[in-house]
Amino acid sequence: MMPLQALAVTETTPGGSLLVLGIVMPAVALVALIGLGGRGARAIVIAALLFQLYVAVRVALLVAGTQSPLAYVVGGFHPPLGITLRADGISALMMVVSAAIFLAAAGFAWKDFAQPGGKPEARAPLIFWSAMLAMASALNLLFTSSDLFNLYVGIELLTFAAIPVTAIKGGADTLRAALRYLLFAVFGSMLYLFGIVLLYGAYGTLDISGIAAQLQPNAATLAAAGFVTVGLLAKTALFPFHLWLPPAHAGAPAAGSAVLSALVVKGSLFLLMRLWFDTFPTLREPADMQLLALSGALAVIVGSVTALRQQRLKLLVAYSTVAQIGYMFFVFSLAPKGTGEAIAATAWTGAWLQVVAHAFAKAGMFLAAGLAAEVLGHDRIRDLGGLSRRAPLAVLAFALSGLSLMGLPPSGGFNAKFMLLVAALAGGQWVWGAVIIAGGVLAGAYVFGVLARMMAEPAAGASLQAVGRGRQWIALGLSAVAVLMGLLPLEPVAFLAIGRAL
Amino acid sequence: MSAALLFWLAGSGLIGLSVYGLIVNPHPLCKLLALNLLGSGVFLLFGVIARRGASAGLGGDPVPQALVITGIVVAFSATAIAVALLLRLHTEAGEASIDEEDGQP
Amino acid sequence: METGFDIALALLLLCVGGWSVIARNMMTAVIVFIAYGLLLSLAWVRLHAIDVSLTEAAIGSGATGLLMVIAAHKVAGDTKRVVQLSRGFHVLAAVFAALVAVGIAALAFVLPGEPSSLAAPVLERLPDSGLGNPVAGVLFVFRSFDTLLEKVVLLLALIGVWALARDADWGGVPGLRLFRERHSVLTLLARTLPPIGFVFAIYMTWAGADVPGGAFQGGTVLAAMWILVMVAGVRRPPRISSPPLRLAIVAGPVVFLAIGFLGFLAPGAFLAYPEGFAKPLIVAMETALTLSIAVILGLLIAGPPKGEDAP
Repeated sequence: MMPLQALAVTETTPGGSLLVLGIVMPAVALVALIGLGGRGARAIVIAALLFQLYVAVRVALLVAGTQSPLAYVVGGFHPPLGITLRADGISALMMVVSAAIFLAAAGFAWKDFAQPGGKPEARAPLIFWSAMLAMASALNLLFTSSDLFNLYVGIELLTFAAIPVTAIKGGADTLRAALRYLLFAVFGSMLYLFGIVLLYGAYGTLDISGIAAQLQPNAATLAAAGFVTVGLLAKTALFPFHLWLPPAHAGAPAAGSAVLSALVVKGSLFLLMRLWFDTFPTLREPADMQLLALSGALAVIVGSVTALRQQRLKLLVAYSTVAQIGYMFFVFSLAPKGTGEAIAATAWTGAWLQVVAHAFAKAGMFLAAGLAAEVLGHDRIRDLGGLSRRAPLAVLAFALSGLSLMGLPPSGGFNAKFMLLVAALAGGQWVWGAVIIAGGVLAGAYVFGVLARMMAEPAAGASLQAVGRGRQWIALGLSAVAVLMGLLPLEPVAFLAIGRAL
Repeated sequence: MSAALLFWLAGSGLIGLSVYGLIVNPHPLCKLLALNLLGSGVFLLFGVIARRGASAGLGGDPVPQALVITGIVVAFSATAIAVALLLRLHTEAGEASIDEEDGQP
Repeated sequence: METGFDIALALLLLCVGGWSVIARNMMTAVIVFIAYGLLLSLAWVRLHAIDVSLTEAAIGSGATGLLMVIAAHKVAGDTKRVVQLSRGFHVLAAVFAALVAVGIAALAFVLPGEPSSLAAPVLERLPDSGLGNPVAGVLFVFRSFDTLLEKVVLLLALIGVWALARDADWGGVPGLRLFRERHSVLTLLARTLPPIGFVFAIYMTWAGADVPGGAFQGGTVLAAMWILVMVAGVRRPPRISSPPLRLAIVAGPVVFLAIGFLGFLAPGAFLAYPEGFAKPLIVAMETALTLSIAVILGLLIAGPPKGEDAP
């Protein structure tokens, strides 16, 4: 048991400036992109994203090497006056995952969003690349900031970057989906902001560790926790706030959908986990946590059943995101305060494996779905026949991702769900265990349903376009990471506990 | 009754009104207006917190006041994007509605 | 006397806010909302937050209101398609909303009795920066990281608005055309007001370091002048691909980022100011920001670029 003071940032650690660079360098690239009017747009983006990966890997190595978090005091002003950044094990993990998936998505979108030769600048490339850079910056901020208001600006930035990606195609349906997404997100952030107002009123600071150190379970704090949680749930699209997600994620270009489903919903989820496990750990009353787990369970069941009933491939993949998000909420109930540390650590590792495995699997799956739509010219599930001939690697990517989503071994999804299941059974919470298994069976139904169609003969008269191997390999690479995570031993990962008061 | 308490009650009322507006008005522009009202109510409550913190010769705690300024700008950014979306949707679909369309295209 | 004023103001806020929610006609609702914003900025004065009051009047009421007027003008016909909800549903919604309001109001009584405040620490460290306005101190010294990110948010808002152009119109002129014909009064205003507004904006930005005001308020005044000129048709909006325009958009963020990185070199921390240079650096930053904010606000209101024949 680490003392609570371990959360506090006292001084900038060696390598702490990496955290600033992780947030600020994409912003520098964004400014360059807009200022230069499209000249060298892709070179700037790729340089920025490669640098992101370098920063993330350096941060992870430093955290692993010192077994302690990195920290940075921005401007030299300590809380409560100033803002600090802090990267513990989970921050470092998510920074690496995010940088890797951004690079893969950028590679996939490389040709689609090239500036047309001879023309000064086109709409789609500038919008798409700007939004990607802003999302990369905002996510790193969400993973590392220790200041609740700074985090508010971060979640808003993330939303404002996600909306143009959703709306970029410009049809009435995508515009409607984007508008609904935006209204939902703004409503969520207002609730979050009100929670912060209450916390500032009660504790006179916005610093996560500062609040954690003086936390009292009084009415104002409970109300604040409630508002913050509901606001973030709306942004994370947990059942029953999930309705905005599928059309928004399905309407974006494939590389955009991949990033939205794999990473953007995890931004607000990360904040939620940070708050309940680091800021309000003592407020985790079993009854409230069961409510979160119940919402998660309903998300798993409703999301999977709705996915099964979809007729469009991208919508099916998007509803599967609704279901997979649900699993992550079991951790709130399975790692309660005060139970045996072993169970809590198992559930904690299971939840983060689920976050990461889903990120890779879903990114791969959305890219595969995008390739399918390109080959066939549509994404109607019943007419997917012939895909396995034209784009065999994309079908393989879909299958491997499906393996992880179902939770069959060997895959990261299996490890994640198995550890959650073990924690559920060890804690006597067999209902959640049953939901985990049922969700896997339902995922199996929709994944195999799609795969069978993909393997079928092409429909008579269907004209199939060829797609390049390069992009198929990118999709396959992402799915393969999700599967290879299954080689990890089935035990708590110590790295995920670095710098935490668990 | 102190001004701070009075404006806390006003802010609470405004939040309630905006929640009512969000529920009963289906048009996205009305929802956007209600969201702006919600935001202004939340900011007003933050202003009351700032006023409660008046000390050291200042009429209010400058930290929440500065945060509200940032918040107003962020809320305006959201409004600008929403209005642009709404107008384009109106051009594409003939009306701006965010209700689910029936049937598969 | 003062309490009486506060009670009247609070009640008026609720009435006008409520009116904007229940108004049948969308244009009425929007105009009432603008009036509400002005009342609200009065409330901010009563809460001793002059900086917020200026921002609320300029952005919360003015700029937001103008955007919504443009939107309401266009979608006025949509009201006929509004779904009529049952009376019972309205009552249910009202009860729920009332419960929310009462619940939040009750929180006033459960907040800890001893209010905590950062006023004293802010005042204690403010002299190091050479600034006289504590709110500017928070925005540009202690929490300048927030302010930097807020500028990135504004850039993204612009990207979000521009994203809604048609591909063929990209690089063209924003489609702000409220009036088909020239109005003589508007033209007169657009020719006479801008020089006054310009001087006023520069004063606000300059003075913001020590008294309420600053880059945002100054930038808004400039933007208002620019919008007036565009709406009156005295000057056409620039093409969004024009290099000088792009430079004006990024000038503020570039200077802000540069000063942030300078901090790595001089005192040794991102966004820290070298000793003795804080005030000149902040004034330089605010000057560039005023320009960028004015241009971005103007472009956000002007909307995405449109072809000449687009409706």
